[in-house]
Order: sequence, then C-alpha cells, then structure tokens
Amino acid sequence: MSTAFEHPTYNYKVVRQFAIMTVVWGIVGMALGVVLASQLVWPELNLGLPWTSFGRLRPLHTNAVIFAFGGSALFATSYYVVQRTCQVRLFSDKLAAFTFWGWQAVILSAVVTLPLGLTSTKEYAELEWPIDILLAVVWISYAIVFLGTIKLRKTSHIYVANWFFAAFIITVAVLHIVNSASIPVTSTYSVSLYAGAIDAMTQWWYGHNAVGFFLTAGFLGMMYYFVPKQAERPVYSYRLSIVHFWALIMVYMWAGPHHLHYTALPNWTQSLGMVLSIILLAPSWGGMINGMMTLSGAWHKLRTDPTLRFLVVALSFYGMSTFEGPMMAVKTVNALSHYTDWTIGHVHAGALGWVAMITIGSMYHLIPRLFGRTEMHSVNLIAVHFWLATIGTVLYIAAMWVNGILQGLMWRAVNPDGTLMYTFVESVEASGPGYIVRLIGGLCWVAGMLIMAFNVYMTVRRGEGARQPIPQTA
Amino acid sequence: MDNGIVNGVIIILLIIAFAGLTMWAYSKRRKPDFDEAANLPFADEDEPPHRDQNASREADSRHDKGERNT
Repeated sequence: MSTAFEHPTYNYKVVRQFAIMTVVWGIVGMALGVVLASQLVWPELNLGLPWTSFGRLRPLHTNAVIFAFGGSALFATSYYVVQRTCQVRLFSDKLAAFTFWGWQAVILSAVVTLPLGLTSTKEYAELEWPIDILLAVVWISYAIVFLGTIKLRKTSHIYVANWFFAAFIITVAVLHIVNSASIPVTSTYSVSLYAGAIDAMTQWWYGHNAVGFFLTAGFLGMMYYFVPKQAERPVYSYRLSIVHFWALIMVYMWAGPHHLHYTALPNWTQSLGMVLSIILLAPSWGGMINGMMTLSGAWHKLRTDPTLRFLVVALSFYGMSTFEGPMMAVKTVNALSHYTDWTIGHVHAGALGWVAMITIGSMYHLIPRLFGRTEMHSVNLIAVHFWLATIGTVLYIAAMWVNGILQGLMWRAVNPDGTLMYTFVESVEASGPGYIVRLIGGLCWVAGMLIMAFNVYMTVRRGEGARQPIPQTA
Repeated sequence: MDNGIVNGVIIILLIIAFAGLTMWAYSKRRKPDFDEAANLPFADEDEPPHRDQNASREADSRHDKGERNT
C-alpha cells in the first residue's frame, strides 16, 4: 500500500487501512466463532487448557467481530462518507492516524488479555481499566476528527448518513465511559463503580445501546450512503430519514431493561423497557422501508450486481431481526426465549444478516474506489460470497430457533407432581444436531470471507499494477 | 408534583416534539433543501481519480495536441 492513490483532496490512506483491517478482523473474529461452535459440538476441542476454554474465547469472539471487524468498518466508512459528502479533507491527518493505530492497539490488547482471563466480567465491555482508558482516548479523538470535519464542510447541508455516524460516535463515548467507570485495585483488576441491580441496569443500558448505536445507528449511516450510491439514485425519502433518525435516537435509549426481565430489577422498569422495545419497531421499519424503496425502479440491478444484493439482503435481515427483537422483549415471550439459543440466533440474524452483510456490501463498493479502480477483481466471486453468506445465515438462525424453542419448552416442562420433567443436561443433549447445523452455517461464512480476502488482494494488486507510469513516446 | 405527573408531562412534551418534527420534515417549504441534501452523495462525482478514466483523458489530450500540431 503505497501513496500511489493519493486523492488530491481527501485522506484515503486511513480509510484504506481501516478497510483492509475490516477484512482481516472479519476472518479472525468469524474463525473464532467457528472454533466456539465446534467446541459446543465436540467439547474436547477446548484442549483442556484454560486459555482456549469456551469462557475465555467467547468474549474474544464478540470483541473481535463487534469492535475489531464492525469497528474498523465503521471507521473506514465514516471517514470516507464524511469527506465525500462534506467535500473536504479530514479535520486532522495525524489524529486520524492515531485513531487507526490506537484502535488496533486496543484490539491487540484484547487478543492478549481475554485468553489470559483478565476481564471486568461486563458483557461486551470485558476489557480491563487500562485498556478502557486507551479506548476512551481513541474514541474522543475519533469524535474530534469526525465532528471537526463536519464543521469544516463546504456543503450547506449535513447529509443524513453523517447524522447517524455522529450520533453513534457521541453515544458510544458516553456509554463506554459511564459503564466502564470502576475502581482500579491492581493494574489488571478493577471493581465496578455500581452495585447490585443498578450495576445490572447500567450494564444493559450500555449493552442494549451498544446494539442500538454501535451496531445499528453506525451501520444505518453506512446504509444511507452506500445503498443510494450502489443503486445510483438518491434515498427514497429524505424527509422520512429525518423522522427515522430522531425517532430511533429517542426510543433506543430506553429499551435496555428487556435484557433483565424477571430479575431483581423493579417490575415497572421491566415493563417500561418492554413497551419501549415494542415502540422501537416503528422507527426501525421506517428506516428499513426507506432503504428498500430507494431501489424502486432499479430492482433489475439486483440481477447483475451482487454488491447491491448484499446491501438489500442486509436490509431484509434488519427488518426481520427488528421485528423479532420487540417480540422477544415481550415478557411472556421472553419467559420462553431468555437464556436459550434463540437469543444467540436473534443476535446473529442481526450481526451476520444485517451488520456483516451491509459492511461487506459497502466494502465491495469502497475498496476498488480506494485503490484507483472502478470494480472489484471478480464480480463472480462477490456473487459466490453472497450466496455463502446468505445460506450460512439462514442455516445459523434456523438451527438456533429450533434449539431455543426446544430448550425453552424442555426447561419449563413439569410433571403432574410439580417436579421438572427434564434435567438440564438432557436439553443440552437434544441441542446437539442444531449445534452441527450452526457450525456448517459458520463455516459458510468463514469460507465467504476468505474468498473476499482473495478478491480484495487481487483488486489491490491489480490497482497497484495499473499505477505503473505509461511509457511516454518521444 | 409527584413522579407520575412529571413522567406524564415529559411524555406529552415528547409527543408534541415528535409531531412538530414530522410536520417540519414534511412541510413543502423544506422540499428544495432536502432534495439538494439527498443528492449530496452524487455531488462530488467528478473527483475520484480512477486510473481508467485518467489514462483515457491523458491519451485524449496527447491526441488533441498531435492534431493541432499537424
């Protein structure tokens, strides 16, 4: 990666770095997921070592896919979109470079500390306090670069994608700093500043909004730029996008308690969380419809353009999982679904179907343009990747639906005398076939990502080859 | 004022804010601005330095010079 493709105005270097790391971390994070899925089929695969046990690798998988893969994708696309829609270079090249190296340092620290068992035990916020401080510094730098670029803009409007990116950046800063507040005991151990039910509520206020802002608002920013770009027509309704933005931002904040149904959390808080989770369906589907309708009159493009297919199927999965989520937040449904594999299936419908697919679609649009080309090396390989990803996701979520409902029903089944009909281990045994299907789905995903890596490598190499100066005749 | 009344007032204010936002977003007066904003992703189309385009542009200019010289 030389400076050969420098754009006269924009800083594409940092975008290229983050885009390449998106592919790299995608492979690492998803391969870890396949290892974990295999461990659930063949428990011996934990090798009997503490560092490779499920409990330690699982947070590494979630951190790698959410923050390393998803995070790098968000940095890459937000830096690209903000420059192109504000028609100005990034606020500071040096600070942007710091966000890249700082973010990679945070991820590498996670790769070291999580297998060692160093964890704050907060889900999706496992990293210990020194890494949390580094993360906060990197994130604030990101906010300065992004918001500073918007301030310098040459256009009169701030495009809607930038609103979503800005909300994502600001909210994640607040969530991370509040939830990670702790009292350090040693350099690798700290105690949360909150206690009991308040700690649980703070954690799931963070956890749910990590979904709402990191995995939704940020990727909706991606959607509002790359779907219109790839479909070559402006977004269906700009007015709807404004209502979508404000409604989503206002409602998401209050849905966290649905993670704590039937716990020590006050009952009224649980009910409030449930009601606001159901209301959340409206803005979610508003955004989904807005993205889908952008294609009206351009549906034929799906036949020839697998990149657009990725983006549109991502929206379909987004619509599906934002219907499933409010349904699972209903307390009576939650009584069946909570703590079962249904939850894991729901998360992956969102994470694979929505987050990963919209990311991959955006990357297939972005990467050739960053390396001085108009198209990826092979459009056919994008189509192969698309089918692997779609089939993989369907296998994964179908297996988890079956397992989840099976487990929920087995756990609550009682004999006439009131004793439990099944032991826990019987429900684990019954889940075996589902775990194998899930593993096959995961393998499809990793295979697709490896094909993507090859396609990206060839695109970059050919791009560099094309850069050789054309021989001048005298 | 107990907690219930405060909650009720906040909910009414939020509903009014949402209705106001929707009316503002859908007012006819805003349409030209929003149309302009919606086209921002396409506003800097000429800029990306695609090698293919640059190459042909360079070739064209060389060709033009050649024609002028003869």
